Amino acid sequence: MTDITETHVTSPAPSRSTKRIRWSQVFDHTILCTGAFFMLFPVLLVLMTTSFEDADIVRNGLQFGFEGQMLENFDAAMFEAAGFSKAITGTRMLMNSLILGFGFAIGKIVISMMAAYAIVYFRLRFATFAFWIIFTTLLLPLEVRILPSYEAIQSLGLANTYSGLIIPLIASATGTFFFRQFFRSIPEELVEAARIDGAGPIKFFIDILVPLSRTMIAAIFIIMFVYGWNQYLWPTLITTDEGMFTLVRGIKQIVQVLSQTGAMIPEYGKALALSLIAMIPPVLIVIFFQSWFVKGLTESDK
Amino acid sequence: MAQVTLDRVRKTYPNGFEAVQPCSVKIPDGELVVLVGPSGCGKSTLLRMIAGLEDITDGALSIGTDVVNDKDPADRNIAMVFQNYALYPHMSVAKNMGYGLKNRGASKAEIDAKVQEAARILNLGDYLDRRPSQLSGGQRQRVAMGRAIVRDPELFLFDEPLSNLDAKLRNQMRIEIRALQQRLGVTSVYVTHDQVEAMTMADRIIVLNAGRVEQIGTPTEIYEYPASTFVAGFMGAPPMNLLTAQIFEGALKLNEDTVLPITAPAGMGHKVLVGLRPEDVRLGGDGSVLFNVEIVEELGANRLLHGKLGGQDFSLSVGKDEAARTGVQPITLPVARVHFFDPDRGTRI
Ligand SMILES: Nc1ncnc2c1ncn2[C@@H]1O[C@H](COP(=O)(O)OP(=O)(O)O)[C@@H](O)[C@H]1O
Ligand SMILES: [Mg+2]
Repeated sequence: MTDITETHVTSPAPSRSTKRIRWSQVFDHTILCTGAFFMLFPVLLVLMTTSFEDADIVRNGLQFGFEGQMLENFDAAMFEAAGFSKAITGTRMLMNSLILGFGFAIGKIVISMMAAYAIVYFRLRFATFAFWIIFTTLLLPLEVRILPSYEAIQSLGLANTYSGLIIPLIASATGTFFFRQFFRSIPEELVEAARIDGAGPIKFFIDILVPLSRTMIAAIFIIMFVYGWNQYLWPTLITTDEGMFTLVRGIKQIVQVLSQTGAMIPEYGKALALSLIAMIPPVLIVIFFQSWFVKGLTESDK
Repeated sequence: MAQVTLDRVRKTYPNGFEAVQPCSVKIPDGELVVLVGPSGCGKSTLLRMIAGLEDITDGALSIGTDVVNDKDPADRNIAMVFQNYALYPHMSVAKNMGYGLKNRGASKAEIDAKVQEAARILNLGDYLDRRPSQLSGGQRQRVAMGRAIVRDPELFLFDEPLSNLDAKLRNQMRIEIRALQQRLGVTSVYVTHDQVEAMTMADRIIVLNAGRVEQIGTPTEIYEYPASTFVAGFMGAPPMNLLTAQIFEGALKLNEDTVLPITAPAGMGHKVLVGLRPEDVRLGGDGSVLFNVEIVEELGANRLLHGKLGGQDFSLSVGKDEAARTGVQPITLPVARVHFFDPDRGTRI
């Protein structure tokens, strides 16, 4: 048997200022930079191309370098009335898109939180059944039920309205599902403590459940906003009035319309500028909510 | 403050499981009653019925003079401390403590005053702005206590409040809770599976076993006169020795060689359970009873000797100054402190 003795380990003297190159780090950064380059290059190319005249673009395709047309193109994209009826500008489309993105994301969060609250916290007779019914809607995205949805919205007189644009998109289970899973992970005792503290169902929801869910809300908000923003098929179907066009569908419409007017050259520069503008809000939302999201994740515990 | 009366209170869960059999208890005003029993015996169920978190299947529960069976938890004027503290993670310590008052519509000044007062009592003054996640286990426990105190309840309910703390902190908090309860004089029901907590804190202990009340009594009564083998085995560490003895012409025989120098109780059949507390038995004697010691357990303040007496498991406890060794040695049984139990029903004779 060996004796058990205390051993003192002398740690090596800290070597300051002799920063050695760590190859794994170099490797990581190479991959990151390459990836970033591949992602950003097309955007940069588009940005450079917007500085050219439409005639150049038609002749030579996408361009490198900078010409003097960028400001004009962005100005035209944002403020020049376009379309058959000249009823739509870039700002108008941006606003429509924002209404769709925010309306969809907020509506979705409110509805699905309330649904999940009912399913998890109230002893409803058919709660599980109701949940699975809601859940099966995951198998029926809007694209699958698009004709019946169109019929319904049309006959309700909601075509070419924001409600008609947003509400059918909200009807799906993703949010409910995430919130349900989250609520079920909240300890039962918290609910009971709140009951003893005299918090009724509404107070509990607002004072306890909503603040506890804020990271979840932020995450779902990001996903849903981007999803709503990028909608193409449904807006194309339900909005025929050009004043209701969203950015994502409007870009194509503009190019199409102009190319059909015969002798004139399609305004590619303007369309490209619009597509760049269309990318900005989702990026901003992600950046803004990401910091919030991380803060929530690290600070709160259940 | 109020007395609590349970009149044949019973609980059957919707799945048909009878968690608490009819139970009648009267808890006098200002007493701390400990509900003790092994895991799954229905302690929490009983406590939660008193709190109003669980419906009462049958029977009447009154707090003060009113029957409160159908009252909401918030209207019973109670406060509860949970095992996992159940603090609101997104609220500061002060908000946590004041939330109940706020819901009752108390003014901001009143809430502030009460929270300050509770924080002073519990030494939480420096932490009022922190979140629960920034506190240690003991501090969280204090906040949970504070949340109970500020409401000025008639009744405190505790559900294993110390189980999540380490042993040292547990001892400390045990004393603090007891001192606080005595100072405030609030009637309390305290659930635990730890018999030490039960013995040290209680004015009165209720021992539960499989949903049935085994015994109600003061810690001394429970310890000195356990009503059943279950209570005898559950209360006390190490537990009471229970020896199965044959009654043979008035003598108690463990086996052919070992006859206990104890008079058999009158009017029994031919078998009886003999209960002996390990600390009541002495080493040394005239050699009529021999104990075969197999293991010596060193506990610091005393030593436990485990082995066989007449072929049955037996333990005794000696002080730290007494020599202890393994091997066969004579012992002396405490003739005046023998407990007899019915071998079939386990009840005290
Ligand atoms: N909601 C429930 N439905 C059915 N059985 C339950 C329910 N809650 C607890 N039980 C059962 O009731 C018994 C007592 O539970 P409990 O009071 O929590 O025990 P403990 O004494 O450990 O606190 C256990 O056997 C448990 O399985
Ligand atoms: Mg329990």
